[in-house]
Amino acid sequence: MAEAVKTVKVTIDNITVDVPVGTTILQAARMIGGDVVPPAMCYYSKLQGSGGKCRTCLVEVSKGSEADPRPMPKLVASCRTGVMDGMEVKNMTSPKVEDARNGVVEFLLLNHPLDCPVCDQAGECHLQDLGYQHGKQGTRYEFKRRTFEKHDLGPYIQLHMTRCILCYRCVFTADQLTDKRSHGILSRGDHAEIATYIEKSLDNNFIGNVIDVCPVGALTDKTFRFKNRVWFTKPVNAHRECKCCSGKVTLWQRGEEVLRVTARKDQWGEVEEWICNECRFEKKKTTDWTIEGPTHVSRHSVISQGHYENTIKPKETFTAVHGGRNPQLLMDIHSVSEVNDPSIDLSQINGPATSDVYNHSTKQA
Amino acid sequence: MATKLLLAKAHVEGIRHFEVYRREGGYAAVEKALKMEPAAIVEEVKKSGLRGRGGAGFPAGMKWSFLAKPEGVPRYLVCNADESEPGTFKDRYLMEFLPHLLIEGLVVSSFALGSNRTYIYIRGEYAWIVGILEQAIAEAKQNGFLGKNILGSGFDCEIYVQRGAGAYICGEETALIESLEGKRGNPRIKPPFPAIKGLWDCPTVVNNVETLAAVVPIMNMGGEEYAKIGVGRSTGTKLISACGNINKPGVYEIDMTISVEEFIYSDEYCGGIANGKKLKACIPGGSSVPILPANLLLTTAKGEPRLMNYESLADGGFATGSMLGSGGFIVLDEDQCIVKNTLTLARFYRHESCGQCSPCREGTGWMEKILGKIESGKGAISDIDLLWDIQRKIEGNTICPLGDAAAWPVAAAIRHFRDEFEWHVNNPELCQTQNFGLAHYADPIHVPA
Ligand SMILES: Cc1cc2nc3c(=O)[nH]c(=O)nc-3n(C[C@H](O)[C@H](O)[C@H](O)COP(=O)(O)O)c2cc1C
Ligand code: SF4
Ligand code: SF4
Ligand code: FES
Repeated sequence: MAEAVKTVKVTIDNITVDVPVGTTILQAARMIGGDVVPPAMCYYSKLQGSGGKCRTCLVEVSKGSEADPRPMPKLVASCRTGVMDGMEVKNMTSPKVEDARNGVVEFLLLNHPLDCPVCDQAGECHLQDLGYQHGKQGTRYEFKRRTFEKHDLGPYIQLHMTRCILCYRCVFTADQLTDKRSHGILSRGDHAEIATYIEKSLDNNFIGNVIDVCPVGALTDKTFRFKNRVWFTKPVNAHRECKCCSGKVTLWQRGEEVLRVTARKDQWGEVEEWICNECRFEKKKTTDWTIEGPTHVSRHSVISQGHYENTIKPKETFTAVHGGRNPQLLMDIHSVSEVNDPSIDLSQINGPATSDVYNHSTKQA
Repeated sequence: MATKLLLAKAHVEGIRHFEVYRREGGYAAVEKALKMEPAAIVEEVKKSGLRGRGGAGFPAGMKWSFLAKPEGVPRYLVCNADESEPGTFKDRYLMEFLPHLLIEGLVVSSFALGSNRTYIYIRGEYAWIVGILEQAIAEAKQNGFLGKNILGSGFDCEIYVQRGAGAYICGEETALIESLEGKRGNPRIKPPFPAIKGLWDCPTVVNNVETLAAVVPIMNMGGEEYAKIGVGRSTGTKLISACGNINKPGVYEIDMTISVEEFIYSDEYCGGIANGKKLKACIPGGSSVPILPANLLLTTAKGEPRLMNYESLADGGFATGSMLGSGGFIVLDEDQCIVKNTLTLARFYRHESCGQCSPCREGTGWMEKILGKIESGKGAISDIDLLWDIQRKIEGNTICPLGDAAAWPVAAAIRHFRDEFEWHVNNPELCQTQNFGLAHYADPIHVPA
């Protein structure tokens, strides 16, 4: 007979759930789903020790527990705080949380190059999503954005350090998936960076997974570099017999061509099963794979613009989809940079769009 | 003469060496402690009211009693000698001149906590002190006060000295533990606290040098007697490292009943402001604590004289008070520019942030840049408000208190010296050649009836 799992009651934004002892606030919120789920930029359920760093998931604990009902004095990182029986949490119902989270988003974007037009991650970038949800139009930062010396990580993985939010996911991935981590974080503070110290290519057979865990465009697939915008590609689930991994992947196709292979991701953007480098980088022919069918993509995602799964186009206008808000920040850049035009060869674009371009365009508007 | 429990023998010739230290009554605390039950020692420390001298002022006895004691798992005591807070240099003095006092305190504390391997994590720049400590350790060992079966009690204890590599953040106790384990010195996300899961995931107590040294007089005189010195919850004596525009910078041991005014102006301590200048402001507890203008430093908002202790310096909260912190007492005279001083501190925190969490990593750099702009006469009034908003969004939202420590000095400078910031904005050229001066910062404060 299965032992009864001990559960506790937690209330998030006035919705109560029973969750197993040891669940974090974030996990409990994910069980409820919808808008009560705090955004998470560094936490990754499959990576031990992750979370706590980006501070986007901060929530207010207005009641500690049934036993000790005192509120917690500070906002807490929901990804690293365990629930207690009778705990009451405020996420979207807390003005304090909203204020702090707006601050965190501003900090994350502060030194970000805003080069979405030339970034391969655009369209599936968690920082873009977060920016849409919480970002202000325009920036209060008037100084030169940080730059780094370029490091070459080898033939598979492209590093754009300026886009990195130092979530440490790639470090945990390399620690937990490969036998010897050869990249890490050098220096500290605002000059901390991802690097290998002595220039070295990352070549472990599972290291490609760092691309999938990276929430931004700091680590991208070199074999896909500038090949296409993700929203012009069509994701399909496929598998193959593989000696080292499950072989279950998503292929990103344009016509019959396989432009990119990634692991399959769940609704939180997390990898379902890790895949090996061979599957990811070497198998770029449809004949390498057994196709299962289209990957489900949230209708609200820009990727679903390829509307291959549902031929019915959403009736809402963009504004309606975005809850009455007129997204400007990132779309503006897209319109000035012209890279949405698929006839343009992306590798021909001269350098990243800078904040100047961006500031200039908003001032004119 | 004030009570001197720690530094009384600091000037005895040769006190660095075991024979002299022993002749002067040293290691009596070890002899006494080893005949007691460890729990009874913890009890004495509790009774003494000793509060952590590293900055936060957490009651030491209480911290010790939180230490988990699972079967078959080692426990560790770690002495925090990282001392990198600008303005703080008391531990250096203690270790340099009275190394055996620290070793004695460590042996007693290790016994009380059940630590057979105790570490001193010392700031890398204190390179020469490592040798002094190692010599003291060797001497204590030769004389049976350290090592195997100390004084025949059956208690074994080794003390290791580990040098840091020049990072302020490694003074934060969990970053220190990471560094001690040979990793990058990033603060850990708490809970779990070190008392449950610390060094190598074992229960660990981290205490400041001065805290652990104070265990010696507590052992010798008993917790109750120790608690009679001082006032309220500020028991015992405190080392203050005084620096800045004073006649006699140095390390002083004070009884926490004296007033700030006495500490600054009496010849026994700072000896007044140097060069006949006037007092403008003071950071009373190390660079992280809020700066106070002269008037609020010397008296509380209620008009009472402010005393050099935990409660009195904190009187009025951050609105009108500050903190005793680590005891780094930085005095600024009328020629000092608050904007520049704040910029210097902001630069320090930007440089020392570990970079793990976004508010601290990004916010500290942003504040430094804005302060630089204001200081060079290129600021706008809106920059002052922006600074306020940034510090507000860092404070309380970070992994470790370094974020708060970076936010507080900026907040306090704007809170108390906003006129001076505005003067910089409104006089972009003048502020490059002239100083705002003492202005009204020493004027008697208006006490509401
Ligand atoms: C950024 C930072 C730096 C710190 N540096 C020191 C230090 O150099 N020495 C120290 O004793 N405590 C330092 N602390 C405080 C320690 O984290 C810890 O509270 C202290 O060592 C506990 O000892 P105590 O209880 O005896 O004061 C620092 C804290 C922070 C957040
Ligand atoms: S490179 Fe990507 S995964 Fe790695 S720390 Fe930066 S943002 Fe995170
Ligand atoms: S507050 Fe600053 S120093 Fe502390 S963990 Fe965060 S980034 Fe590191
Ligand atoms: S997701 Fe919780 S702090 Fe980053």
